[in-house]
Amino acid sequence: MKLSRVAIAIIATIPLMLTGCAAATPKADANTPVTLSYGLWDANQAPAYKQCAADFHKANPNITVNVEQVGWDDYWNKIKTGMVSGSNYDVFTGHLANFPEFMLNKQILPLDDYIKADNVDLSVFQPGLADLWKGNDGKQYGLPKDFDTVSVFYNEQLTKAAGLTADQLGKLTWNPKDGGTYEKAIAHLTVDANGVRGDEAGFDKTKVATYGTWMEGAGAPDGQTQWSYFAASNGWVETNGVWGDTYNYNDPKLQETIDWWASLVNKGYMPSFEAQTGIGWSDQLAAGKAALVSNGSWMTGSVFGAKSATFTPALAPTPVGPNGKSMSMFNGLADNIWAGTKNPDAAWQWVKYLGSSSCQDVVGAAAVVFPAIKSSTDIAVAAFKAKGVDVSAFLNHVSDNTTFLAPITDHRSDVSALVTPALQAIMSGKATASSLTDVNTKVNALFK
Amino acid sequence: MTTIERKDSARSDDRRPSPAKARTETPRKKGGRRDSQLRVAVLFLIPASIGFLVFFAWPAVRGLYLSFTNYHVPRDPVFIGLKNYITIASDPVFWNSLKVTLEYVVINVGVQTAGALLLAVLMQRFTRSMVVRGVIMLPYLIANVIVALVWFWLCDYNLGIVNAVLNSLGMDKVGFFGNESLAMGTIAMVNVWRHLGYTSLLLFAGLQAIPKDVYEAAEMDGAGEWRVFRSVTLPLLRPVLAFVLVVTVVGSFQIFDTIAVTTKGGPIDATRAINYYIYERAFERMDFGYASALAVILMIILVGIALLQNKLLRANQSDLER
Repeated sequence: MKLSRVAIAIIATIPLMLTGCAAATPKADANTPVTLSYGLWDANQAPAYKQCAADFHKANPNITVNVEQVGWDDYWNKIKTGMVSGSNYDVFTGHLANFPEFMLNKQILPLDDYIKADNVDLSVFQPGLADLWKGNDGKQYGLPKDFDTVSVFYNEQLTKAAGLTADQLGKLTWNPKDGGTYEKAIAHLTVDANGVRGDEAGFDKTKVATYGTWMEGAGAPDGQTQWSYFAASNGWVETNGVWGDTYNYNDPKLQETIDWWASLVNKGYMPSFEAQTGIGWSDQLAAGKAALVSNGSWMTGSVFGAKSATFTPALAPTPVGPNGKSMSMFNGLADNIWAGTKNPDAAWQWVKYLGSSSCQDVVGAAAVVFPAIKSSTDIAVAAFKAKGVDVSAFLNHVSDNTTFLAPITDHRSDVSALVTPALQAIMSGKATASSLTDVNTKVNALFK
Repeated sequence: MTTIERKDSARSDDRRPSPAKARTETPRKKGGRRDSQLRVAVLFLIPASIGFLVFFAWPAVRGLYLSFTNYHVPRDPVFIGLKNYITIASDPVFWNSLKVTLEYVVINVGVQTAGALLLAVLMQRFTRSMVVRGVIMLPYLIANVIVALVWFWLCDYNLGIVNAVLNSLGMDKVGFFGNESLAMGTIAMVNVWRHLGYTSLLLFAGLQAIPKDVYEAAEMDGAGEWRVFRSVTLPLLRPVLAFVLVVTVVGSFQIFDTIAVTTKGGPIDATRAINYYIYERAFERMDFGYASALAVILMIILVGIALLQNKLLRANQSDLER
């Protein structure tokens, strides 16, 4: 019996000894070869960035960059748990939703000293993008890499059959009272199983074959691609400014917008929450189950790639709202350096390269996203045009200055967890938008 | 789970030739031999023990500690005593998650056990074919996530074949995953589809261990089909049935993957099962302290249920021992 206890004690100490063996690696000096890891989530962009990494290695033979692409959900899990466990990408693609959390916890490095020492010109980027990545301490934490805006994808074959021209679709207006000409258009585009249109007598809303528009989840917490442009054109502002501490889900301007949006389900122009759970919006659009759906510029490649005998993709601007403008959320990504990197200087060299036209021209030519540097954006536009895609609907938001910024606050994931079920309840018809007032109280309590 | 299975099948194997044999073996008792055997035994135990300590015991202890902290990754943990547990007690999402998890367990285990029992009895009565057994096992060989996604697409409201068939039969379309009152049932049935064959094979093995002579005796006494099942098969199958129930109940309390790739907890909170809620708190909201407390509560619930089942079903005794 005694022996067995000793044996157990020995066995118990083995893992402790094993974990104690993690050796400290010496710091690399400037001339020794350095390997950096770089993370991104978009598989469509991975080839362009691998090209950038190869070009970068050619110019800096002692720095090798390993580009790793992981899907969106796993990507953020990996980064957040990597920050805790002390092994993370040296450089990674950052998103505004996580930026405040990382910055406040000192997990990403400020770049001001590097920018000053290397004289990096921030004015080459599209206006406003660099400022998105300023912390609440006034320091610059990222160099802009690309940006996205929202427009309306539609199936030209369905709009032609409904007698709507591209010119008409480009001038739709919207208001939260009767939905304006936008609602008239989607009503006309909705067709039931008997071929009766949504605005005709005898329309059967329980047997819709083609919906005028699509829901794509309830769009929590910002409705970026679903309803944010309606709400913004109605005068809604999500928070009290950049690095704000108050959300405005209690604003009647938002609530009347959401109530109108939910009313489309009752009218049969948009699938119910029940009916839209399943295969995603872009496949439904390509399959002719929806006529027009708003979404972000990053989906351009995949939607236009689905072109078929029955699906002719095209783009229109978001409808003009009560403020007289066609609005879009403006979201910009940037490359961040992890604070725990062993090679911050090499990491900066790579970030600087990613933020230069040498890399962004390559990304632009791949025609997947819009690079942040103005001249590289033009290359992307030309590359899209060569593929037969007119992306001006996305870019007009920038040239016409009709964008509003993605919210930047702390506690983003908690806000999302609170707003998601509330919006799903509204879109399932179990509550009205006034229920958001209670949610707003809970959201703002997070900041106290 | 695999170790338990192996143990069980080994037990039923050596029981078949002669149930009494195991007990008649005389235990060897010689001081020196015993020590050297122990040394060998320890040597064999070391690899598994390392795995157990590193991947089970240590994380469990650490999880228990973290449940008493406020640990918002990447901030450092701060000890806060019982505060997480107090918050959980008044967290409506937690109570709802228990409710929907229970809903899942009842549907999943209920339908699955009844179906598997039927299938096992049918197999025993009508076929010993390996092909049939293989076919029954097939769904279990497909990864959970793939099963979930395929059913998610098959059941799509607008493009799925299930609704197309319903429609052609003149019935209304059904939002299997999108309807608040149907979603959890749908997920439970998807997993029944996957696990039915596996569970019925386990029960089938148990049925084969029941000696033929008791059936012959029952026949002599003039017992009908149903009576034989109720009075002979079911009682003699009890230890295997108990094992299957413990494993499936504990397993289905931990439903996660099917939810994660289909409904993600929605619509509203209808499929936000306890394990999914823990995941969401930990890996989406990075609130590891709160998530650890939830995990500790789940562990206590599971231990309680397993003990209770063992007690009620007397899983460690068999009516076969004569």
